[in-house]
Amino acid sequence: MKIGIPKEIHSGEKRVATTPDAAAQIIKLGFSVCIESGAGLNADISDAAYQAVGVEVLPDAAALWREADIVMKVRAPEPQEVDLLREGGRLISFIWPAQQPELMDKLAAKNATVLAMDSVPRMSRAQKCDALSSMANIAGYRAIIEAAQHFGRFFTGQITAAGKIPPAKVLVIGAGVAGLAAIGTAKGMGAIVRSFDTRPEVKEQIESMDAEFLMLDFKEEGGGTGGYAKTMSPEFIAAEMALFAEQAKEVDIIVTTALIPGRPAPKLITADMVASMKAGSVIVDLAAEQGGNCELTEKDAVVVKHGVTIIGYSNLPSRLANQSSQLYSTNLRHLLTELCPKKDGVIIVNMEDEVIRGTTVIKEGKITWPPPPPTLSAAPKTAAPTAPVAVAPEPVSPLKALLPMLIAGLVLFAVGATAPESFMTHFTVFVLACFIGYQVIWNVSPSLHTPLMSVTNAISGIIVIGALVQISAPDTIVSTLAGFAILIASINIAGGFLVTRRMLEMFRK
Amino acid sequence: MSHSLVTMSYIVATILFILSLSGLSNQETARKGNYYGMMGMAIAIIATTLSGSVTSYVVLIVAMLIGGSIGYRAASKVAMTQMPELVAIMHSLVGMAAVVVGYANFLDTHSGLMGVEKTIHELEIYIGILIGAVTFSGSVIAFCKLSERISGKPLLLPARHWLNLTVLISVVLLGYFFLNFGHADAEYFRVCETGTHNCTEVGYSPIALIILFIMTFFALLFGVHMVMAIGGADMPVVVSMLNSYSGWAAAATGFMLNNDLLIVTGALVGSSGAILSYIMCRAMNRHFLSVIAGGFGTASGGEAAAIEGEVQPIEAEETASVLLAAKNIIIIPGYGMAVAQAQHTVYEITKLLRDKGKKVGFGIHPVAGRMPGHMNVLLAEAKVPYDIVFEMDEINEDWGKVDVSIVIGANDIVNPSAITDPNSPIAGMPVLECWKGETTIVLKRSMASGYAGVGNPLFVMDNTRMLFGDANVTMQAVLKALRG
Repeated sequence: MKIGIPKEIHSGEKRVATTPDAAAQIIKLGFSVCIESGAGLNADISDAAYQAVGVEVLPDAAALWREADIVMKVRAPEPQEVDLLREGGRLISFIWPAQQPELMDKLAAKNATVLAMDSVPRMSRAQKCDALSSMANIAGYRAIIEAAQHFGRFFTGQITAAGKIPPAKVLVIGAGVAGLAAIGTAKGMGAIVRSFDTRPEVKEQIESMDAEFLMLDFKEEGGGTGGYAKTMSPEFIAAEMALFAEQAKEVDIIVTTALIPGRPAPKLITADMVASMKAGSVIVDLAAEQGGNCELTEKDAVVVKHGVTIIGYSNLPSRLANQSSQLYSTNLRHLLTELCPKKDGVIIVNMEDEVIRGTTVIKEGKITWPPPPPTLSAAPKTAAPTAPVAVAPEPVSPLKALLPMLIAGLVLFAVGATAPESFMTHFTVFVLACFIGYQVIWNVSPSLHTPLMSVTNAISGIIVIGALVQISAPDTIVSTLAGFAILIASINIAGGFLVTRRMLEMFRK
Repeated sequence: MSHSLVTMSYIVATILFILSLSGLSNQETARKGNYYGMMGMAIAIIATTLSGSVTSYVVLIVAMLIGGSIGYRAASKVAMTQMPELVAIMHSLVGMAAVVVGYANFLDTHSGLMGVEKTIHELEIYIGILIGAVTFSGSVIAFCKLSERISGKPLLLPARHWLNLTVLISVVLLGYFFLNFGHADAEYFRVCETGTHNCTEVGYSPIALIILFIMTFFALLFGVHMVMAIGGADMPVVVSMLNSYSGWAAAATGFMLNNDLLIVTGALVGSSGAILSYIMCRAMNRHFLSVIAGGFGTASGGEAAAIEGEVQPIEAEETASVLLAAKNIIIIPGYGMAVAQAQHTVYEITKLLRDKGKKVGFGIHPVAGRMPGHMNVLLAEAKVPYDIVFEMDEINEDWGKVDVSIVIGANDIVNPSAITDPNSPIAGMPVLECWKGETTIVLKRSMASGYAGVGNPLFVMDNTRMLFGDANVTMQAVLKALRG
């Protein structure tokens, strides 16, 4: 099958769906790959780089959409692109099915099969295909870089001859992938970082990044299905807003990443809070695409309100086009690997596979979105089936418990009843020795088990005594046998003790 | 030497043996323990030699010199990876010695015992030879399995339990016949050469001797069959069980010869081996009887969950950078490390990382390797200080703090399905829970399953990376990358 990569036509979109590296891997899966000329230019990838790995370069979009069996894109298709899509064609890109019902209908009308990169289920197995995470990671990093650009001070604190520089204080709201990336970047630049999230299970992750988790004294869990957040109760939101209002007065930079899947972004930073912030502060709103977490955010623009710079770029990954193209194309490649298990260049949309089922939003003209909810929540690892198998001990019947004792008792009775006295003396010695052995051996450290075995080996060479007392018997057969026994027992004694010594010499502190 | 003096020497030797075993309870006293053992043995042998019952000193000294030098050569030449083989073959020698001493005792007619005492004596001979023969053939097979002269796979004959039962019953029956014929109170049989009247009187019944031979044959067969049916992963149990048998063989010989020193020593060794077998069984969550019955995993109930997912391979250079980024590293060696002889390279890496200020430790599973404590000996040989080598229980709580764990040639002992999958053949076996750490790097020759033949979900976990190839070669590559 032929995979086509068109140039992105959305304004400001610099990414490309496949890099030469990924293309080479995709070709190994049996596909052929073609690109629209100049598709990678904005991500600093020339047509020549694609040609070098065997990718065909087509002159324009029309030719590409016509030729390709599968089209892979970054952004959801624009109306003119949908028109170009072949009847019954296949498309893999971001779609946002919840926000774009008309697009879905149009694609369905084309009898297309569409896989939405934004609908990859949140499962461990699908992580390698999860473009939302890989893009969010870049967005979080870039958010701090953008903030630094507009922030008039250092991030890190310093004491210099020219005076003391206080470290910047950064508040990250929402500690998903983007939030954690922002925390890491800000921390790396030396800022004091605080973070808030409605899901208590991320506290550990925030603290592992060396940031402070802002606790809300309120009992409500924010973890929805699939590891995403959900809408909280009004009381919770009131408490949360009070916390933000208080923090706004103190911090220099706020990064908001709060998103609830399929809904407008919650308004967390009010105009009053912005006004209460210090002049020169910066807000980076990563939810600008979905309406923004800040009331004053303007999508795709940088505005200054009450002396606070509010950054509402919705294309942050695109601002690191090369890096994000690389990660996105790797996600796509992994998805193709799942779709093409035989590596024969033919994709099979297997609706039994949970990952493919979740990602597929339209199959041959039938809208299959939304998928049934994923069975496993990725975030709370505690819910994973790690509980040890507690095999309930079978109730032991009293007879079964008593039987060994009974048998032992009978045997002892039988021996005692029949054996002569001389035997009993030896037997006493034997039983007591067993108990001494039992007591002594329990104390042996497991690391010395091998030396223990070789030393007991040597000691069991004591059987040589048995041979010694017989070697002087008049019968030659007996004395020969005894001589032979002495020989092999000596091997044991010498070998056992010496090898034990050799081993013990090796153990050192 | 008077009889009392000999007895006193025996008591001293006994005490020295007990001190020897208790000396092994920790590293500091272990060497002293070994010397106590040597002293005990020397005292016992000298006392017996001087007791008056020994006169043929030449034979004695020649036999001891030959045996001693063979033992010395074996002990100084054996590679530490071959310790299980050496131990197994030495068990077989004890078994053989017990058989030989038993026969010699049977043929020696100077016991002068009568009635019940004689019966008991005959019974002791019978049991001594029985245990000795089982120990002998079982150990030889264990030796062959360990040195891979024969396949480690369990040999499961059809109706093998019935076979064992038949052997057991026939051994008991033979014992009954043996006692009844051997019991012919001083009733001497005449063995005459045909055609002449030249007859010799012998003090034993030839029929009893034949019965003894048949029984020995059965016992040898039983030993072979028993060990053949046990899989390679159960070898630690087998080796310690044979250790135990060799002790019981010595104890039985002691009864036979009315020698308390042999009884005590045999009992010490026997219970030592029994405890080791028990510890090994517990470490695998297996019942002792089911190990002996053989056939790993055949008895388990439902179908074990299939393992699906994709392994994520890693290269040596990448491994090195992962190691350099980590602070807390745990290395989990398994039998594969012994096979690849990678312990020295592993320690070079450990040393390098420790010099770079990283915390490096070793996590040892009780049944790692092919005999109890096998890994510890290998690491000691590579000069790994024993205070960074940890037992499973010491380390299983702390996986959360571990950044990188490296699994070298181990499989079943790091298999999460032992905990998560009740249908797994190894369900309930305590394992090293390395997957709870940040990253696990598994060194493996290929994707084959472990000795137990159980798939390992660890390999497809998200935080697991697979480093394929011979352990020593890949470890060398990692070492080079760490230095470069």
